Amino acid sequence: MRHTIAVLVENEFGVLSRVAGLFSGRGFNIDSLSVAPTNDEDMSRMTIVTRGDEQILEQITKHLNKLIDIIKVIDFTDETAIEREMALIKVTAEDAARAEVLRIVDIFRAKVIDTTPKSFTVEVTGAPSKIDAILDLLRPLGLKELVRTGSVAIGRGAKGWKG
Amino acid sequence: MKLAGARILLECLKQEGVDTVFGYPGGTVINIYDELYSFPDIRHILPRHEQAGVHAADGYARASGKVGVAIATSGPGATNTVTGIATAYMDSIPLVVITGQVPTALIGNDAFQEVDIIGITRPCTKHNFLVKNVRELAGIVKKAFYIARTGRPGPVLIDLPKDVQVAVAEFRYPEKVDLRGYKPTIEGHPKQIEKAAAMLLAAKKPVIYVGGGTILGNAAAELRELAETLHAPVTTTLMGLGAFPEDSPLSLGLLGMHGTYYANMAVTNCDLLVAVGARFDDRVTGKIAAFAPHAKIIHVDVDPTSIKKNVRVDLPIVGMVNDVLSQLLKVIEDRGDAVESFRTAVKPWLAEIDGWKARHPLTFVESSKVIKPQAVIRKLRELSRPDAIIATDVGQHQMWTAQYFSFTRPRTLLSSGGLGTMGYGLPAAMGAQAAFPERQVIAICGDGGFQMNLQEIATLVQNRLPVKICIMNNNYLGMVRQWQELFFGKRYSQTVLDLPIDFVKLAEAFGAVGFVAAKPSEVEETIRKGFAAPGPVIMEFKIAREEKVLPMVPAGASLDEMVLAS
Ligand SMILES: Cc1ncc(C[n+]2csc(CCOP(=O)(O)OP(=O)(O)O)c2C)c(N)n1
Ligand SMILES: [Mg+2]
Repeated sequence: MRHTIAVLVENEFGVLSRVAGLFSGRGFNIDSLSVAPTNDEDMSRMTIVTRGDEQILEQITKHLNKLIDIIKVIDFTDETAIEREMALIKVTAEDAARAEVLRIVDIFRAKVIDTTPKSFTVEVTGAPSKIDAILDLLRPLGLKELVRTGSVAIGRGAKGWKG
Repeated sequence: MKLAGARILLECLKQEGVDTVFGYPGGTVINIYDELYSFPDIRHILPRHEQAGVHAADGYARASGKVGVAIATSGPGATNTVTGIATAYMDSIPLVVITGQVPTALIGNDAFQEVDIIGITRPCTKHNFLVKNVRELAGIVKKAFYIARTGRPGPVLIDLPKDVQVAVAEFRYPEKVDLRGYKPTIEGHPKQIEKAAAMLLAAKKPVIYVGGGTILGNAAAELRELAETLHAPVTTTLMGLGAFPEDSPLSLGLLGMHGTYYANMAVTNCDLLVAVGARFDDRVTGKIAAFAPHAKIIHVDVDPTSIKKNVRVDLPIVGMVNDVLSQLLKVIEDRGDAVESFRTAVKPWLAEIDGWKARHPLTFVESSKVIKPQAVIRKLRELSRPDAIIATDVGQHQMWTAQYFSFTRPRTLLSSGGLGTMGYGLPAAMGAQAAFPERQVIAICGDGGFQMNLQEIATLVQNRLPVKICIMNNNYLGMVRQWQELFFGKRYSQTVLDLPIDFVKLAEAFGAVGFVAAKPSEVEETIRKGFAAPGPVIMEFKIAREEKVLPMVPAGASLDEMVLAS
């Protein structure tokens, strides 16, 4: 099962490697991990997408909580969170394919952010499944390069985790 | 007043009440060593290897319950500490290890004796700190001690660059620690305690399974009261030995791979297993699927990650073991009549266990021709003081000690359980002796493991630490040889140590004394002489070379598939 976990951490030297080391040392999967400072300059927030059954997920959250530099661990489920990811996609676009790329870009409310006679670079934002979907359509046209940010997630509703 | 970092460090140690440190000097800690002259209350013991220094700090901590402190220089000094740190980490022993580091400006430059000890020890410390600014130093030391000793204890490393030791700052030792990411749970949840009491009182075949957390959490008294109130039988892991008196009729002794027949049968047949400060190690459970198959499991532990890690748990209780057990006792004692009927209900179970005890007691074949190691261990118990501290190395002698010594008090057995570190026994005994100069401290070593840290005899002699070293000499890496005998067709690849070493001369070379027992008739006299001699002593016992540790549950088998006799 896929899980999205948000982690508030102290902005200390070495935190990222503590988290990465925990996952690799215990054989937990990381599908994606994104990290950046929060509104509080002493804290950063990580979003980790992982996979595993109930028992593994419980171990992951417990072990994260055990790290001294981790302040808060939030385990999101699909219902409780909104997830977004951004991708930058460089796609081959010559002749007739140019119009096809633009059509796809339009359907996904994506944007062309760079263009050459042979290519378009597309920016797209959305749930990870939406990124997967646009990639499925663009792939046959020829992907030259792909960068995904990995998911970030935030809880639904009025309640907020300060940081 | 402004002080240099090196001085601040030692002031902090003083504030923490540190009376003994085990350390080894070098270029990046030379400033600390110079400042040491101003701290006559801190006893510095110089081991002959940094690994031994950390094991000694660990032995000091296990025996005393205080935080052990070790110091090493950067680079090779720091890497030498790693085995000691990992040993302490696996057994949850509170340590603060201070390493020197190259000046901050040189970090990352492959400077002379630079090593990324923070990176190296990240997976084997509870936490570690690189001090980048002298102004942070006092706060970091305070946090380090707090983290090391609270919650599930463990080693914490402080990496202190040379320029930070020289730089000056105003010294003020913080009174409180505030770590927003670290708040260990102390008390058990009252609802869980209520449920646990109900489950316990409803059980007909209970077993209490006790691990090292009970000793680390100073809960031996509460455990004993609980077991004796309920008449519930108790089995312990290697790390739990001493938490419950083995001379009690309720004691089942050790469980697991080399546990007693009756402990393993009791666990396999119980209907309720109460795990207290234990972590269901594979050496304890055998095949997980067949472990306590009929039992509901209550698991009390201060570390939530220990719970449901490898076995299903019906009722988890997170909290300090002594707090949880006294909460539980209170609830149970309020229900006096239920306790009465419980005691009646468990009578058939205790009788069943007594049947197992009678059928397969822990025994060995005695001999008048060769020295049986089990007989030596029994003699050591008989002739040592009741509060003697025993440190073991790793191997067969460790298991014979666990099986036959009969531990009755917490913190009297020091043994590397989790990591199984050969070379641990002698330096750990040294640390315990430093903590308790007046008590009897005995190191029980194999001939192999003894040779991994034998240089520490020098430290013993120099510091007047009268550790009694018993070498159970089988001229084999015995435990590996046993596996080769049983599982590899007696192909003793590289486990024969057939160089005849004169351990008496070895002792004498260091200024200690040595005695040898080569026949059963010499065992008692050797022990008496060894115990009576004033300083550190080596007692060598030339034991039956191919004696095996039995019973044995082969790795991966279930606990009731024990090999009982050879
Ligand atoms: C540092 C280290 N290396 C290797 C081992 C593997 N090992 C476990 S027991 C053992 C044999 C120990 O021999 P000895 O010290 O003579 O004790 P005995 O088993 O003979 O009592 C070995 C090699 C270990 N536990 N630790
Ligand atoms: Mg041996």
